[in-house]
Amino acid sequence: MATLTYRDALNQALREEMQRDPNVFLMGEEVGVYQGAYKVSRGLLEEFGPKRIVDTPIAELGFAGIGVGAAMGGLRPVIEFMTWNFAVLALDQIVNSVAKMLYMSGGQIPLPIVFRGPNGAALQLSSQHSQAWESWLAHIPGLKVVAPATPADAKGLLKSAIRDNNPVIVLEGEMLYNLKGDVPDGEHIVPIGRADVKRVGTDVTLVCHSKTVAVAQKAADQLAEQNVSAEVLDLRSLRPLDEAAILESVKKTNRAVVVEEGWPHAGIGAQIVDLIQRDAFDDLDAPVQRVTQADVPMPYNKLLERAAKASPEKVVAAARRVLYLE
Amino acid sequence: MATKVHMEALSPTMEEGRLVKWTKHEGDAVKSGDTLAEVETDKAVMELVARADGQLLKVMVPEGTTVPVGNIVAWIGKPGEKVDGAGSQTAGTGSQESGAGAAKPAPAAAPARAPAPAPTAPTPVPVTAQADATRVKASPLARRIAKDVGVDLKLVEGSGPGGRVVKRDVEGGAAQSRVAAAPAPGSRLPTPSGVPYEDVPLTQIRKTIAKRLAASIGPIPHFFLTTEVDMERGAEAREALNKQLGEEGGKISFNDIIIKAVALALVQHRACNAWFQEDHIRYWNEVHIGMAVAIEDGLITPVIRNADMKSLREIAAESRELAGRARNRRLKPEEYTGATFSVSNLGMFDIDQFTAVINPPEAGIVAIGSIVAKPVAEGDRVVVRRRLRLTMSCDHRVIDGATGAVFLKTLKQMLENPLAMLL
Repeated sequence: MATLTYRDALNQALREEMQRDPNVFLMGEEVGVYQGAYKVSRGLLEEFGPKRIVDTPIAELGFAGIGVGAAMGGLRPVIEFMTWNFAVLALDQIVNSVAKMLYMSGGQIPLPIVFRGPNGAALQLSSQHSQAWESWLAHIPGLKVVAPATPADAKGLLKSAIRDNNPVIVLEGEMLYNLKGDVPDGEHIVPIGRADVKRVGTDVTLVCHSKTVAVAQKAADQLAEQNVSAEVLDLRSLRPLDEAAILESVKKTNRAVVVEEGWPHAGIGAQIVDLIQRDAFDDLDAPVQRVTQADVPMPYNKLLERAAKASPEKVVAAARRVLYLE
Repeated sequence: MATKVHMEALSPTMEEGRLVKWTKHEGDAVKSGDTLAEVETDKAVMELVARADGQLLKVMVPEGTTVPVGNIVAWIGKPGEKVDGAGSQTAGTGSQESGAGAAKPAPAAAPARAPAPAPTAPTPVPVTAQADATRVKASPLARRIAKDVGVDLKLVEGSGPGGRVVKRDVEGGAAQSRVAAAPAPGSRLPTPSGVPYEDVPLTQIRKTIAKRLAASIGPIPHFFLTTEVDMERGAEAREALNKQLGEEGGKISFNDIIIKAVALALVQHRACNAWFQEDHIRYWNEVHIGMAVAIEDGLITPVIRNADMKSLREIAAESRELAGRARNRRLKPEEYTGATFSVSNLGMFDIDQFTAVINPPEAGIVAIGSIVAKPVAEGDRVVVRRRLRLTMSCDHRVIDGATGAVFLKTLKQMLENPLAMLL
């Protein structure tokens, strides 16, 4: 067990998987010589050489497509997007080729491919570079989507993603790369589709993933000062969704607040609420509340940006509403 | 072939009914449309009628039993005809509780939540008329808990937004104690506890009824119930009593008999002996009857206190004395306030029937018309009988239709059989 940053945990996962399986290779903008825009691929060019650590031009649709071809040919590509904002350019490959190949080939052509990169807002990157895409991606049948919140989960989920024979989207976070945490050495696998209770509580379930796990944790601290015991449930996987874990927690607490970075309309939270209202109806003591980014393009202005984001204060307020404390 | 009599859905929401009383008995001849039994539904006491002609061959469930809708409760057929004692119950009956042998008085379903009225009660008490007039707002969880622990959500004060009943309102003993504190309107007067009345907070349904009906017609949402009473035996009793009293005591009037009967009927129907108090209803354990007296430029209602406990002679003396002083403007304030229910009589003016206006905060008043000899059908014959029309005005915020109706039914029974007042 070592204390690693989120970025080094990802690096470790990549390194170990590339050592384990020669078919695994990394491709993307600045992943080689520059060692990654966020240094996730530090040292990998040196260790694995340019055939397996491939720098590409600024052409997302193109290198995503090359990845698809490579996967069809039997390799296991890991495609890095400098951010998921740029991956919008590659969506045709992701949605129309990757997600549908196995289905439209009648099961003949599996695509063991990973698309990864930072998702959601960082700080003052303005509207076009501060977007959270998980509801877009999780919407598509044929894709798996994971969003680790801790270094350990980042390592374990990336390893699972690389070994999965289906396309997997890994959503990281610029603001997460420096996050430190204990990471098991060597073979550490986090199964896709398994949520994790990051904090046990009895009064309200805070459903979260990725960066909002930290938001929910802070909210839980504040709620504890108000004698409210909040359970923090980290989804980790957005598709498949660990429905059993969500329902189990809500059946215990009878209340839920769903927190996400994205916009409210048709967001991940809407899917969670749908599940809860249908399958935990008789256990609910209050309508489920959601905390999301404000329904606007992310402002550049620092104060406005802060106001637009999901925050611990907003989560606390929502929790108090479902507890009828307001 | 004998015909089955099923427990019918006598209200749109009824799932089971309590067989209060068999009005026909085994061996009785019945015609289609005859009342076989009184059944307490989730809303009121209703009549279960025969759907076939013949003889009531077999009664399958004893009085007091709660039976799911669709279960067989009796058989009608030709005299001597054999009926299936049990068995065949479930087939095609639409019974929801299948397995539990049909004929058996549905055991699990039986324990009614509210304590069942004493079996001797002359008139079964409706649980809550208009129970579904308004939806009770409750969280799904609170709803489930309430069901599990047998709490009636209508009696629970919701602490959530808009009065929503939430978990904390029903969990643990909270609900039970709160519910226990709220006696079912319509329960009989408790044994003397030394407490003159009991304040019951308005439930959600009560609040909504109060608001909606008050908005519909004036500050007090009145409705009216009229019944016609046969006064032959009442008149005979009065004549006999007055003969007995001779010259020395004052005469007993019809009005006195009616006041006594109203008071005694109120004892059995506390739901009508109440004050509306904006945020609660005060159910009186004492019966004080206001008696409207016309005076020169208006009217006033002196009060016969504890009328249920006074003899006719006392009531007669007191009412005569009070009326006299009322006309002379000699009443003290405490003598014309504090009534729990009122009676207004215009019979002496040859008014057949009328509607009286409620004297707030009371919830009801009975208007008495004149006693008129008129032809009425008695079996196949037309006979002349002395008849009296009573109209009860009810404050709908307190009294629902069925609540008023069962009270009036008791009152009618007392007047038609004055001996009942001795019970």
